Amino acid sequence: TPTLCFCPLGILFMGFMYSKCGQWELKTSTGRQVRSLHQSAARAGGAGLFVHRDTTDNNPETPFEFTPENLKRVEAIINNYPQGHKQAATIPVLDLAQRQHGWLPISAMNKVRTKGNRHEQTPCLSKPFHFLFLHSGIKVGETTPDKLFTLAEVECLGACVNAPMVQINDNYYEDLKPSDIEQILDELNAGRVPPPGPRNGRFSCEPAGGLTSLTEPPPGPGVGVRADL
Amino acid sequence: MLSCVGCPVLSRVLSGGASRLPAVAAAASRTPNPSTSLSAGSSVALVRYNTTAQQEKPKKTKFGPLADQDRIFTNLYGRHDWRLKGALSRGDWYKTKEILEKGVDWILNEIKVSGLRGRGGAGFPTGMKWGFMNKPSDGRPKYLVVNADEGEPGTCKDREIMRNDPHKLVEGCLVAGRAMGARAAYIYIRGEFYNESSNLQVAINEAYGAGLIGKNACGSGYDFDVFVMRGAGAYICGEETALIESIEGKQGKPRLKPPFPADVGVFGCPTTVANVETVAVAPTICRRGGTWFAGFGRERNSGTKLFNISGHVNTPCTVEEEMSIPLKELIERHAGGVRGGWDNLLCVIPGGSSTPLIPRHVCDDVMMDFDGLIQAQTGLGTAALIVMDKSTDVIRAIARLIEFYKHESCGQCTPCREGVDWMNKMMWRFVKGDARAAEIDMIWELSKQIEGHTICALGDGAAWPVQILLPQGLIRHFRPIMESRIAEFEQKQQAKA
Repeated sequence: TPTLCFCPLGILFMGFMYSKCGQWELKTSTGRQVRSLHQSAARAGGAGLFVHRDTTDNNPETPFEFTPENLKRVEAIINNYPQGHKQAATIPVLDLAQRQHGWLPISAMNKVRTKGNRHEQTPCLSKPFHFLFLHSGIKVGETTPDKLFTLAEVECLGACVNAPMVQINDNYYEDLKPSDIEQILDELNAGRVPPPGPRNGRFSCEPAGGLTSLTEPPPGPGVGVRADL
Repeated sequence: MLSCVGCPVLSRVLSGGASRLPAVAAAASRTPNPSTSLSAGSSVALVRYNTTAQQEKPKKTKFGPLADQDRIFTNLYGRHDWRLKGALSRGDWYKTKEILEKGVDWILNEIKVSGLRGRGGAGFPTGMKWGFMNKPSDGRPKYLVVNADEGEPGTCKDREIMRNDPHKLVEGCLVAGRAMGARAAYIYIRGEFYNESSNLQVAINEAYGAGLIGKNACGSGYDFDVFVMRGAGAYICGEETALIESIEGKQGKPRLKPPFPADVGVFGCPTTVANVETVAVAPTICRRGGTWFAGFGRERNSGTKLFNISGHVNTPCTVEEEMSIPLKELIERHAGGVRGGWDNLLCVIPGGSSTPLIPRHVCDDVMMDFDGLIQAQTGLGTAALIVMDKSTDVIRAIARLIEFYKHESCGQCTPCREGVDWMNKMMWRFVKGDARAAEIDMIWELSKQIEGHTICALGDGAAWPVQILLPQGLIRHFRPIMESRIAEFEQKQQAKA
């Protein structure tokens, strides 16, 4: 439930306010960092607070252990790095922990050392994505009550020629219109994973009107190769 | 257009092979001879008599469009098989053993002759950079680190290489690694590119399975390993020293240079950090010859480049084109032209958000290469074009870019951490007009205090977009927009009062 937020000095923090169904909520127009004090571990800013706060779900006692299969993966990852520098495996192993658990509890971080929820949706900065807020009913930084979706606004996802786009967990959904997003969210709600990629008919990053380059079949090995090799 | 090169006695001969003409007067007063008039764009042989100097090759004046057989990334659009079988059929891994056996000096020479410049944004001559590693070993292994972080807003080219043509990158790692005497390559790919890194890892596994890398790579006797390391979503980790820190498992905070990575890099060992595209074109350069690559583009700006064209164009796309192609031709030929026609163009950011934007009158005839854009007081960067038409609120666009830099600042040094946040707050007030006219000069001064005073170039990248709003001999029409907005806001406030 939306709550009014007070900064520690007890002064009401006035951001950009708007009313939804008669309840006041604190929101910034582009999901920028908001200072607020919540009772729950709810988020501020684009993707969450950057400081851990213990809650009943997420504290150093939260049970987390790598499965035996994943422990083998951890070993394989650690072996990629030279002796004396095994600290380098931090990020890949944390990522593995997140994939196993669905999100990363502080106890897992303490075992190794980022937070996420089951379906992380992240639109990038290139084109405004306001209709995502409306359809899912949540705002940037929030999670839906069924804990299925979290909305995070990130800075850049590296798919600029396919904008507007979102990243949902590991998949990029590109070239979107509002109706596409509704379709995607409905499919996810139904428990299916929609196929990633552009939704406007093109295959990847080629010009939508038709190929302007690479119209001939690619040359085979040895074409153009110098004679003295 | 031919320019006189200073020889006092010249005669012009048409390439069709006309007879010897009498010597023409000295360079200062050349009267045009109707019988040797030239049409624009034709190439003419300049024959110098009474001189032992070498004849010059005719200088190329028209750049682009590229023919398909000259394109390096033949599976850019993913229509063919990206795995080993498909890669082999497209010419990858062909005679790699012979290239490796030619040795370090040969490979480095080919890269130098090709004139390849770094494709990650800085444009440093690659042959020179890789040559810094060509020193006797002091016991520490050398490493190649491939920068696949691709965080620059506007850029999405390395993604296509890694998911559609990963074997070019793997082979490139081997060839580049050999050129530097490296023991292994770490490809640092941004965490968001899960599917791309997955394709890349499959390609690496296939290469290991076929004996192309690993022990005795390609049967040449050289051992070489390739590892993929996924990042976790930080733009600053695209900076080479921050990337090295991140690989080492620490926070991605840039180091001071010197010491340079070629002396002290990843795990304390000599390292070269190179962009994906730079490494991926190396085998093709070695196979087809450095002179072939140097045949594209202007002098010192040679080769082909992947361009990303996004924004207010009709068909945004990624395309491989010749360097020095005119901006207008690039947009019109491949991106379907500007939305609403060329006259609807306001400005273009030519190389990712860290490069200053160029206004319409510069866009009309600027060439897309390093030197041409430096002359236009911007830079080629990663060749990620962001096209903005007249419907753009340019102040809001720049404000959003500064917000990006503010979020992505690592926080190590004060000018960036404090200064970029300060600029960000000011810019958002400029968007509304809630400022005083004197603050326009203040933000200029602020950006000058940040630029050049930071540990890494993120500070510069944040300062330059702001500077472009001021009429320092470049953009004359954005300051008036800012001032008029301030005046409007003031009027509204007074009307309320």
